[in-house]
Order: sequence, then C-alpha cells, then structure tokens
Amino acid sequence: MRKTNNLILETAIKVLLFFIVLYSVYIFTAGHYYPGGGFIGGLMTAGAIVLLLITYDIKTVEELLPVNYRILTAIGLLFAIGTSAGSLLFNVPFLTHAFGDVHLPLLGELSLHTATLFDLGVYFVVVGVTMTIIQTIGEDE
Amino acid sequence: MEILMAFVIGILFMTATYLMLSKSLLRIIVGTGLLSHGAHLLILTMGGLKRGAAPILGGNAENYTDPLPQALILTAIVISFGVTAFFLVLAYRTYQELGTDNVEEMRGTEKDD
Amino acid sequence: MSSLHLAILAPLVLSIFIPLFYRIFRHIHAGWFVLPIPIVLFVYFLTFLPETMRGRSLIEMINWIPSLGIKFTAKVDGLGLLFALLITGIGALVVLYSIYYLAKNKEKLNHFYVYLLLFMGAMLGVVLSDNLIVMYGFWELTSFSSFLLIGYWYERDKSRYGAQKSMLITVFGGLAMLGGIILLYIMTGTFSVTELISQANAIFNNALFDPALVCILLGAFTKSAQFPFYIWLPDAMEAPTPVSAYLHSATMVKAGIYLVARFTPVFGEHFLWFLLVTSVGILTLVWGSIFAVKQTDLKAILAFSTVSQLGLIMSLLGAGAAALHYEFLDENIYTVAVTAAIFHLVNHATFKGSLFMAAGIIDHETGTRDIRKLGGLMHFMPITFTTSIIGAFSMAGLPPFNGFLSKEMFFTAMVHVTEMDLFNLNTWGILFPVLAWIASIFTFVYSMILVFKTFTGKYQPDKLDKKPHEAPMGLLISPVILVSLVIIFGFFPNLLSDSLISPAMASILPSLLEAGEEFMVHISFWHGPNIELFMTLGVIILGIILFKTHAKWKKIYKAVPEKLALNRFYDFLIEGMQSVPYKVTNTYMNGSIRSYLVYIFTFFIVILAATLIGKNAFTFDTSNVSSIGVYEVALAILVVLASICILFAKSRMTSIILLGAVGYTVSLFYVLFRAPDLALTQLVIETISVALFLVCFYHLPKLRRFETRMRFRFTNALISVGVGVMVTLIALSAHSNKLFDSISQYYVENTYTEAAGKNMVNVILVDFRGFDTLFEITVLAIASLGIYSMIKLRLNRRKEE
Repeated sequence: MRKTNNLILETAIKVLLFFIVLYSVYIFTAGHYYPGGGFIGGLMTAGAIVLLLITYDIKTVEELLPVNYRILTAIGLLFAIGTSAGSLLFNVPFLTHAFGDVHLPLLGELSLHTATLFDLGVYFVVVGVTMTIIQTIGEDE
Repeated sequence: MEILMAFVIGILFMTATYLMLSKSLLRIIVGTGLLSHGAHLLILTMGGLKRGAAPILGGNAENYTDPLPQALILTAIVISFGVTAFFLVLAYRTYQELGTDNVEEMRGTEKDD
Repeated sequence: MSSLHLAILAPLVLSIFIPLFYRIFRHIHAGWFVLPIPIVLFVYFLTFLPETMRGRSLIEMINWIPSLGIKFTAKVDGLGLLFALLITGIGALVVLYSIYYLAKNKEKLNHFYVYLLLFMGAMLGVVLSDNLIVMYGFWELTSFSSFLLIGYWYERDKSRYGAQKSMLITVFGGLAMLGGIILLYIMTGTFSVTELISQANAIFNNALFDPALVCILLGAFTKSAQFPFYIWLPDAMEAPTPVSAYLHSATMVKAGIYLVARFTPVFGEHFLWFLLVTSVGILTLVWGSIFAVKQTDLKAILAFSTVSQLGLIMSLLGAGAAALHYEFLDENIYTVAVTAAIFHLVNHATFKGSLFMAAGIIDHETGTRDIRKLGGLMHFMPITFTTSIIGAFSMAGLPPFNGFLSKEMFFTAMVHVTEMDLFNLNTWGILFPVLAWIASIFTFVYSMILVFKTFTGKYQPDKLDKKPHEAPMGLLISPVILVSLVIIFGFFPNLLSDSLISPAMASILPSLLEAGEEFMVHISFWHGPNIELFMTLGVIILGIILFKTHAKWKKIYKAVPEKLALNRFYDFLIEGMQSVPYKVTNTYMNGSIRSYLVYIFTFFIVILAATLIGKNAFTFDTSNVSSIGVYEVALAILVVLASICILFAKSRMTSIILLGAVGYTVSLFYVLFRAPDLALTQLVIETISVALFLVCFYHLPKLRRFETRMRFRFTNALISVGVGVMVTLIALSAHSNKLFDSISQYYVENTYTEAAGKNMVNVILVDFRGFDTLFEITVLAIASLGIYSMIKLRLNRRKEE
C-alpha cells in the first residue's frame, strides 16, 4: 500500500487502536458469559491491525508489531490441541474441560476455565490467520 | 417471518448461482460470498426465528432461541472468510500466471498438457 | 499378547530395523541380519511339534475389534504348523541363498529384505489365524508384499507387468474370498474357523452355502494359480530367483492349498466342492504340464511345472474330501488322497525349491536361462548338476526320491476315485486316472528337458555371456540342503508321517477321528505289482520316447492350444478397463468449471425435486410463524435489492460494495433474530473482508462482462431460478415440518451446570462441540498457509531464476 498523508486518521488511530484492542480483549474474556469469545475477539484485534495497515504502510506496521503471524497461528493451534489433549492426562476423554472458582485477595471470586485456554488458542489462530492473509497479499508486488 | 425469510434465502441462492455460472472469476467469488450468506440464513431459519431471548443465561427469560444453529453459523462465517480469501488469492495468482480471468479460457484436461 | 502372537508379528515388526542396519553397516550384506529371524522362528515352531503330534492344538487370543467379533486368534494345529515350518524353514534357506545371489553393492537390499520379511510375516499370519477377518488381512498383505517382491526390479517393464498382473488376479480372488467369509458369517454368526467347523452340518442346506463355497474357492484358485487364473504365475518369474524359489515353490502359491485344506471340514461333503476342486486341479495339472514342455526358459518351465504340481495337490485335496462321506476310519481308502496331498506339498517344496535355486545359479553363472543356448554344463558345474538331476527326477516321480512316493500315492488316490459310489463317479470317474497319467508323462518329459538340455548335449560357449563355472559355496548350500531332504524323505518317508502328515490330516478331516484317535500313516516303497506301478512304468517308457523324439513334436506342441489365449484375454480386459472409462469420463469432464457447476446444480435441483414430489414432502404450515416487523421487511428488501443489483453491476467496486451491503444487512438480521455473537462476528468479518478485497484489487483485473450468447445466459438463468425455488421450498418445508424436538433444550439446561458458562453459543463452540472448533481453526490455518505459499513460494522461485 502506498504511503498516504492522512493526518486525521493517523492521529485518531493512535487513540482508537488502544480502545479497539482493549475492547477486543474484553470481548474475548467475557465470551463465556456474554456475547464474545475467541472468534470475535480475534477478528476484532485483527480488524484493529488492519486499520493500522490502512493508515500507515506495511513496513511501518511490521516495525511496530514485529510478530510472525504464522507462528502465532501455530501457537494458537498448539494451545487448542494442548488443552484438549491435556484432559487425557487425567484419564478423561479428549476435550473434557475443567473449571473451578479461585478466591483472589482484593479482587474477589474468579472463575477459571480450561475452556478459556482453548478459546485463547482460537483467538491466536484467528488473529494469526487473518493477519497472515492480509499481510501476505499486501506484500505481494 | 420465516416465510418471508424463505423467499429472501431463495433469492440469495438464485443470484449466487447465477453469478457462479458466469465466466468472470471475480463474479464467481462474489457468488460464493452470497451463497454463504444464504446458507447461514437458511440454517438460522430452519431452527425457528425469534423464539425467545438471546441464548445467554441469566436474563430470567422463559425461552431462548436455539443456540446450536448459531454456533454452527459462527464457525461457518469464519470458514467462509477463509475460503473467500483463498479463492481471491487463487484468482489473482491465476490471472497473473495465465493472463486471463475468463474461466472458459482456462479450461483444459490432462491430455492437453 | 502371547509369544505366539509375537512370533507371527516378529517379521513384520523387525522389518522396520532392516533399512537402519543397512545404512549403518554398509559393508555387511543386509541378509545376514535377516537370516536369524526365520531360523529362530523355525526352531520356535518346532517346539510345538510334540503338542500337535498328540493331536492337540494351541490357541492364543487377543481382542481386536470385540464389537464386531473380530479377535486376533492365533491357533497352532497340525495343518498350521506344517505350513509355519515350511514358511520359516524354506524362508531361512532362501535368505541364505539370496545373500550370495544379490550383490550387496548393486541391489537395493534394504527394500528387498523389508518386502521379504513382510511377506514372511503375512504368510505366518495366514496359516496361524483362526479368525477369518484377520486371516483375510494377512492374505491381502501377502498379495501386496508379493507385488513388491515381483516388481523388485521395477525399472523393467516386464517386472512391473508381472507384478501388476499377480496383484490384480490375487486381489480379485482375495475380495471374492472376503465375500465368502461374510456369507459364512451371515449363516453362522462367527468368524472363527473352529466354530465354523462345528456348525458345518447346520449350514449345509443354506441357500448361501453354494455361493460362499464358490467365493472361497475363487480365493484359493487365484492364489494357487489354478486354471484359468494361473496366467499370473509365469509372468511373476520376472522376480529375482530367490523370490521365485520362495513364493512360487513353497509359500504364496500354497496359501490357496492351505485355504482349501482349512475349509475341507466345512465344505468338503458337498458335491460342488469335490467337483470344482478335483476337476479344476486335474485340469490345471494337465494344462500346466503340457505348457511346461513348450517353454524354453528354465524359469518358465519351472513356473508351468509349479502350476501343474499345484493342480495335482489341489485335485488330491478334492478327492480326499470324499473321505468325509464315510463315517469310519478303518479301511477308508480315500484318506490316502489327503496323505498324498500333504506329503506331496512337502516334497514339492523341497524339489521345486532346489530346482529354482539351481536355475538361479545357472542364470547367475552363465548369464542366460534359455535352454536353446545352454548345454553341456555338466563338466563345469558338477554340484549344480547333481542337485538338479535329483530334483528333476523327484519331480518326474522316479525312485528312490520322495517325488516317486507321493506320485505313487497320487495314482492310488486317482484310481480310488473311480471306485467311489458317489456322484456317479463309477461312470465318468475314469477320466481322473487317465488325465493324471497323461499329465505325469508330460511331467516326466519336462523334467528331463530341464536337466538334460541344460547339462548334457553340445556346449555352446559362443552363445553365453560369461564363461560358466561352478557357483560359490554359499549359493550351493541351500539347494544342497533341499536335495538332501529330497533323498532323506525318499528313503525314510515315515520321518514325516507321524510328525507332520498325521496331525495335518487330523486338521483336514477332523470328523473321521474319535477322541484320542489319530491317523495311522505309513508310507512304503513297495506295494507289490499293482496298477500304480504299471502306470509309473508306462509313464517312464512313454516319457523317454517322447523326450527322445522331442524335436519332432515341437510343432505339435506349438500348434495345440492357441498360444497364450488367456493372456490375450487378460490384456484385452486390462486395456479395456483403462480406455473405456477414460473415453466415457472425457465426454463429460470437459475441463470447464462452469460445466461442472451446471452438473452439480442440476443434480441438486433434480434430486431435491424428486424427493419433494416422490415423498410428498412439501408441507406449508403458517400456524407457527413469528411476527414480521417493519425493520425486518426493510432489511429483507435491502438484501434482495442489493443481491439483484450485483447481477447488473458494471464495475468490480460496485459488486464489492453491494456484497458488503448484503453482509451488513445480514448482520442486522442476526441482531433482530437474537443472535448477538453472530451479529458481532458478521460485522467484523464484513469489515475485514472489504479490506481483503481492497488489497486484492491491486492484483485483480477489472470486472469484465464477457461476450455471452443468449442461450448461455438463458441456461444460467434457468438453473439459478431452479436453485432458488428449490431452496425456498426446502426452507418452507423445514420450517413447517418439525419431525422431532430441537436438542437446544439440552444446552439450555446444561450450559451452566456442566460448563459453568452463560453464553450458550460460546460454550457450544469451546466445550460441547469443541471438536468442530478444533478442526475449524485447523482448516483456517491450512487456508492461510495455502495463501502464503501461493504467493511466497513463487517469489522465491523467481529470485532463484
């Protein structure tokens, strides 16, 4: 993508990006109870980075976020499969999830799920895949 | 509402099919996009529409809409995005290599090679 | 997992290590690593001898697929042990022979020994499995591994042709056998041979009995190269000679014999069994022996002689099955046929194995196997000559070798056939001894050709590639051991009678034995001047005359049956199987995506319309519809308009924006239909998709409307309207016709208790239907890698250029 000079967008994005990413993380973590989850959270994060790409050019974004998205995809898959296969260690069928409540000082009750780890895998895969696609096409001359 | 949706879905499928049968690669890709929209709505309609609250517990609702079609569609939406992206790249790579986006000109069987 | 199972699987498992050893110890011939395996197994199986001699059998079982009644049951009884000893014993000799036959620098030994061990393990599995499905698995493994062995020199056209032919024919037979096994299962409800035998009488009059019998026999006949399926065996001679010696003298071709012997207690009393096994066997015997006389290649002679000898054993088993009609043991003259079959089986393995090895030596040392070029080798290769002449004389049925004894018993059995008061055999049964006698004459002739054309006569050094000399010691060990057995079994046949023959007979004819009884087998040289002796004398006299005047008969041999007519039929069949479907497929696979889509959509319309009409499935019920609001109507109109506008869009930008419009409207639909997750996802996806299309536009051509004929557009319109109508009808029917309750209630009830979540959609995704999600993200990852490689790999290639 060619370098454009769009001051309003560039300024706005600096603020917006933060909120979008924050919101996407919220959406991801809330997924078990409210609308959201790995797919939506991942897509939203990817959407934020795409917005960044539109504003700046690929090189700048790569310097800003030096992430190899293919490896991110692989890490996500590893998370998902690892969480699923982990249940085998406890002699229960593949993909059995466990959950429990933990009491944290000051913060109060926190519900922990292995399903969230699985969802984190989904999140990483979605971000990784979307960004791999867009970035690869964008780099192609 | 379901009856109205049945016709909307029918039209989506119809236009999608027409686009997919055309010769231009881009139109074929747009056609597959429309087709997946139609299929998603079809799944949702089959499960019944507006039968209760959104499938999120805790709202003290008596009825919930069927969550299963929604889960299926959610996966389908993301997959169709992946497929569309794949098609697009396939299309423009084909165009770069063969210099045409007319599928009729791309035809060929093994023995032609 | 018992030691027996380990023994069966050992060759298969250990074959993995052969390539490893081959790589590490390059200077040692890989065969040395293989050799201990058959030897150890042979010794191991010998330890079962005392058990089987007492008429007992050993059964070890592991469950494999219990729900289908499939267990890996290993059973050692007399018959199984006989074959196991043959497989491992001859196997050891063949491996030893191959060490000297295959040069360690030139050949791909790692491949060769892996195939050989696979084959050995598969054969052991066939003969020691009691469960028919397991046996079938091993049976097909023998087909595959023999395919690999025959095609070992795959750079030769003939090897590939021979390998393919043997594979096609034996696998065809294997599939027929599988059919037979399933028919038996339908009748009896068991896959176990032991249980089948105990139920044999109950299924005798079942309508499926005859088809099952024919199917099983097809398996046996194809494997044992019986007429008309024998055509694969001569072509299989393209394999290296050790393979021929192993597969085509002792093991694979005998698997069919084994099958017939194994099923004799089940089918043996049936007339069809007697008829098919005996007459196909005797026909193969005659046919093979006549063809063998015509051949000029040493291995081809041996191949046809193997075909013929297998026919002999087969006919003996058929005749022996007649013994089952008599419920007594004493004076049951038909058991002699079974005795002869087993005895000849062992004898054939010894003399044919040694002859194959001798042929290999001649090939190795002179560079040719053509008897027209060979001659006078006696002085150059005295040891090879000695082994060959003993083997050939035994094959011809001359005393004092073991072949003479079994041939005598064969005549006895065939003469007895005429005396049977079954199936009107006292009228047409006379054919059997006559045909047997004729075949024996030809057997005598080709045995003589084999030895005397090679070793005596004029020495023709100019026709040979190498100067002939005696083979190295290593090559000679195995054939010498085999011919010593020929002599030992010839002089002391009763070494075998109690240890191997009688227990094997007990497995083939169990119903004749009372508890604790066993077959008394006594084989002797001299029976007095009886009819068999005169038959043998006749064979020798006529045989010598025919051999001496061989040159004069050559034309007649060539003229007799149309040369290789069956082969021509096979080639025609194979050719047709490839060319006809190719032509048919090309008529509709024209390479145009549009045509394929037209097929798919047309089929879609036709099949759905047919179902809707045929099943009267279309229902239309308005009683249970939800309300329509203003927003929804507006959105519906928007979607319809946008999608129809795409059809007429002139530029690609318009199409994409319209597609985006449809997408955003659909996400609004999700909002209205109480699907917040979907709405969010669709919204974000739509945004990213637009970005995707934008980056792709840089590379894509402008949207062009290609010149189209009216007919083209009309067809498209017709099909698309058809698809649209069908989908609408389906949607209406699906709504109006709820056959059973939705399973959604399950999720409503269990989402919180089982998974401690409140968002049902998300819980379904990550928990209840986690597998779907797992595979979905995998597919996504694959798609992205596909895109990555489509773009990046090309760039790299360009850079290299």
